[in-house]
Amino acid sequence: MSAGDHTPVDGNAGTFLSVRNLSVEFQSEGMPLRAINGVDFDLHLGETLCFLGESGSGKTVTMRSLVQLLPPTARIGGKVWLDGIDVLTLDADRLRAIRGTQVSMIFQEPMTALDPVFTVGHQIAEVVVCHEGVSWSTGRARALEMLELVQVPSARRRLDAYPHELSGGLRQRVMIALALSCKPKLLLADEPTTALDATVQIQILLLLRELQRELGMATIFVTHDLGVACEISDRVAVMYAGRFVETGAMAEVIDGPRHPYTIGLLNSTVHAGSERGKLAPIPGAPPDLLDMPPGCAFAPRCSRVVAACAERVPDLVEVAPGRSARCPRTGDPGISLPGPTPPGFPLPRE
Amino acid sequence: MNATPAPVDPPGTVATDAAAGGRPILRVSELRKYFRLRGGSGGVGPAYVQAVDDISFTVAKGETLGVVGESGCGKSTTARLLMRLIEPDDGEILLDGRDVGGRDGMSLRTLRHNVQMVFQDSYSSLNPRHTMAEEVGFGLTAQGVKRAEARRRANEVLEFVGLEPAIFADRYPHELSGGQRQRVNVARALALNPRLLLLDEAVSSLDKSVEAQVLNLLIEIKERLGLTYVFISHDLNVVRFISDRVLVMYLGKVVEIGPVEKVYGNPGHPYTRALIASRLSMDPRRRLDAAPVAGDLPSPINPPSGCRFRTRCPIAEPVCGSREPLLDRFGAEPAHLAACHALVPGSGHGQAPDREAGSALETGGNPP
Amino acid sequence: MNTPATHAGEAPARAVEPNKRIQRTYWQAARRRLLHDPVSMGCLGILSLIITAAILAPWITPYDPYTSSIVNRLKPILAPGFVLGTDELGRDMLTRLIYGGRISLLMGLLPIFIATLAGSILGIVAGYFGGKTNMVIMRVADIFFAFPSVLLAVGLAGALGAGVVNVLISLSLVFIPPITRVAEAATTQIRAQDFVEAARATGASAPRIIVGHVLTNVSSPILTYSSSLIGLSIVLASGLSFLGLGISPPLADWGLMLNTLRQSIFLAPVNAVLPGAMILIASVCFNLLSDGLRAAMDVKP
Repeated sequence: MSAGDHTPVDGNAGTFLSVRNLSVEFQSEGMPLRAINGVDFDLHLGETLCFLGESGSGKTVTMRSLVQLLPPTARIGGKVWLDGIDVLTLDADRLRAIRGTQVSMIFQEPMTALDPVFTVGHQIAEVVVCHEGVSWSTGRARALEMLELVQVPSARRRLDAYPHELSGGLRQRVMIALALSCKPKLLLADEPTTALDATVQIQILLLLRELQRELGMATIFVTHDLGVACEISDRVAVMYAGRFVETGAMAEVIDGPRHPYTIGLLNSTVHAGSERGKLAPIPGAPPDLLDMPPGCAFAPRCSRVVAACAERVPDLVEVAPGRSARCPRTGDPGISLPGPTPPGFPLPRE
Repeated sequence: MNATPAPVDPPGTVATDAAAGGRPILRVSELRKYFRLRGGSGGVGPAYVQAVDDISFTVAKGETLGVVGESGCGKSTTARLLMRLIEPDDGEILLDGRDVGGRDGMSLRTLRHNVQMVFQDSYSSLNPRHTMAEEVGFGLTAQGVKRAEARRRANEVLEFVGLEPAIFADRYPHELSGGQRQRVNVARALALNPRLLLLDEAVSSLDKSVEAQVLNLLIEIKERLGLTYVFISHDLNVVRFISDRVLVMYLGKVVEIGPVEKVYGNPGHPYTRALIASRLSMDPRRRLDAAPVAGDLPSPINPPSGCRFRTRCPIAEPVCGSREPLLDRFGAEPAHLAACHALVPGSGHGQAPDREAGSALETGGNPP
Repeated sequence: MNTPATHAGEAPARAVEPNKRIQRTYWQAARRRLLHDPVSMGCLGILSLIITAAILAPWITPYDPYTSSIVNRLKPILAPGFVLGTDELGRDMLTRLIYGGRISLLMGLLPIFIATLAGSILGIVAGYFGGKTNMVIMRVADIFFAFPSVLLAVGLAGALGAGVVNVLISLSLVFIPPITRVAEAATTQIRAQDFVEAARATGASAPRIIVGHVLTNVSSPILTYSSSLIGLSIVLASGLSFLGLGISPPLADWGLMLNTLRQSIFLAPVNAVLPGAMILIASVCFNLLSDGLRAAMDVKP
């Protein structure tokens, strides 16, 4: 599949981030390993796009390649335009400037992202001083402002706390404060709630949603959890073996998935209404990236496979306005019926 | 050493516990485990993590008891105590009415013939230097079974969990996918032919599509072998899916226990309510717009006095800090218990039901 | 078990296509990697040559190592009949170096072997059982560890008196504490893994778990570490001989040869340097080989 003939996910003007034919290749014991294979998408300010996929699907690599945060063996191909700048051609200094001010990232494990030997106030102030050239007292004032923004209780006192003195939820809030301290226009979130407990996870998701509304950033949210994706994102790109297999508005994808993998994922996710015996797993395991099938990567696990699937990788075709799927049978009658579980899981809630 | 044990019986030949009709296989009473911390807490005597504090419950033969709670609630410690991988400080664990290690109790050996544990899949759950057949057969050879016999049995169990021995018996962990590794974890536990399986976050680290495979496998195994499960997880939907009864833990305490549909349909404890309401809707049009409970989990090192949930509880009152609520029946369902003052008539909590209404429920042993 | 659970779709998916990558055990893979490393193989070649020559010394050496000859004293290198010249007593240098290698290599390798054995046992026991056992073993090791290895070796050898056996004992004692520490650290790490918990849950005894689970995983870090000490051990053993704390004349080892030729350094500098060169070559080769070994073992199986 070439980049040129591909229909962009969304081609409107006002696009903040535009990605075309992005590919990433690693070297694994001398063998080339293609982690990402031609990813295209556009993102507006104020919009949240979710990369949904299982381990090894390439969701994190895709996100990290946007700001070239990958190990040195990675070879990135394609084009990434961020606010009109061709990011992949930037030198190290320009890239660093962009990483702090235009783009910010939050991670799954805040302990690895925060420096254990400095107070959280100092760390936030340092970022502000570094990128905006303001005084330390201004930086510290901003740090307090940021901690209040992310709803850290008794923020003034917490300025002088070290990361290990904070609970997991507070640490995650501090990391968000750190990421937002220079008012980035694009926030990259890598499973930021996966390590959190259920009652804390929902708090952080609500916070992120609120901040996004207030600050109007574009957000890319990487997750393996369908529930989290539903809670946070406007649009979703379902990833499988380094490719988008389905994209569209979150609600529409949940209601009527068009790719067999998405359908399988919905049917195999245990949700509030799941009944015993009704769980329909996808057989098999994700493919080995060093040993990919020639055609559709999902074909060996797919129940709707036809001869064409094994011949070549299907194109990502638009199936409805703003919706696309990478399956030759996506237009077939019945393909949008998600099997035993009705769409939009009914959730009994008191 | 005794005569050759009987772990090599094919599971089908054992009298299944499923038919035993609800008699308890496991009875735990007032189990307690504190971990002493090095260095103490600022010099004022040693500090203890109150990992499991006076918990009691029973597991009936053939049922699945789900244990749910957040990090630090003591659910994994409970599993390790039941397996005697760590020694309890206090309390009693009766298997089939017999104490483990007591004067006329059973030996650890017998315990481990009857109870086995499935660990969370991770790179540390399987020895990277063992083939799958070695890993599954290790426990058998440890019990004195001959190497060839252990190998035969390992192949049998691998096949039983859906891994073709011809392909998988001689593979190493890194050559397997996460789902396959978890099947091996299950096979290793089944090899000793246990009656009770403790599953500690057994599907938590798996991808969703694989999680469903393993859940279906676990359900099938349980039906075919007539096993009893204690299923420990932080995932409320998975626990609801697989369990018959649910036990909710918070900071080392049991806050609620009961049949799964009662606990999820009519939760008594405010923590259970918050936990259930924190589940994500899986529907972008019905997102949550307020967090069911604020704040983080307090540290289990110095848990709050009285009710441990009171620091986050929306209905906490002074009584909650001064007196610890006891696990008690609160509704029409006799098997559904919760530990909350607001449910006990005359407890001094403002939302407690009237004494008359309480007596109509025939709750016994209320505090004055 | 009559019918297997059938919905394990993973097996058939894998079964259809044959496995393209050849399956190897960890040790096979490590050996393969080592065999493909030119530096390690070069060092291995040199060391095999030295070791083989030392073993076959009585059959391949042209002269007797102990018969001195006044006329042939300090013949230069490449003198007729003496490829590497002669020493201050007119004995053939090549013969002496080959015979000297026997004792030097023995005193380099044997202490490491003994220390690896003892250190592994101590370290694994300390790491596996923890608590008081760990405290006692590790604190004693720390006391030895507090002294620099050279000082400790000289002190111990001095206290025990000269002689091959005493050098072996003192060098072994020098190397036991560091190996114990490495073994303890590796064991503590393995001890915390779920598969050890699982093995305990199956009712396996401690010795069985140590043999079946711990040893398989800690042997590679211990081996890489102790092999890195061989070079040092050769240097230390030669040093002790040089100081007169090792073997006594007319027996030869490289350290002692270096000492006796010291007086002739202005008369025949090349001859005097030869034993030192042998010490250098052997220890550098052992170190490079150990580096290669670590690289080969330091990968996931």
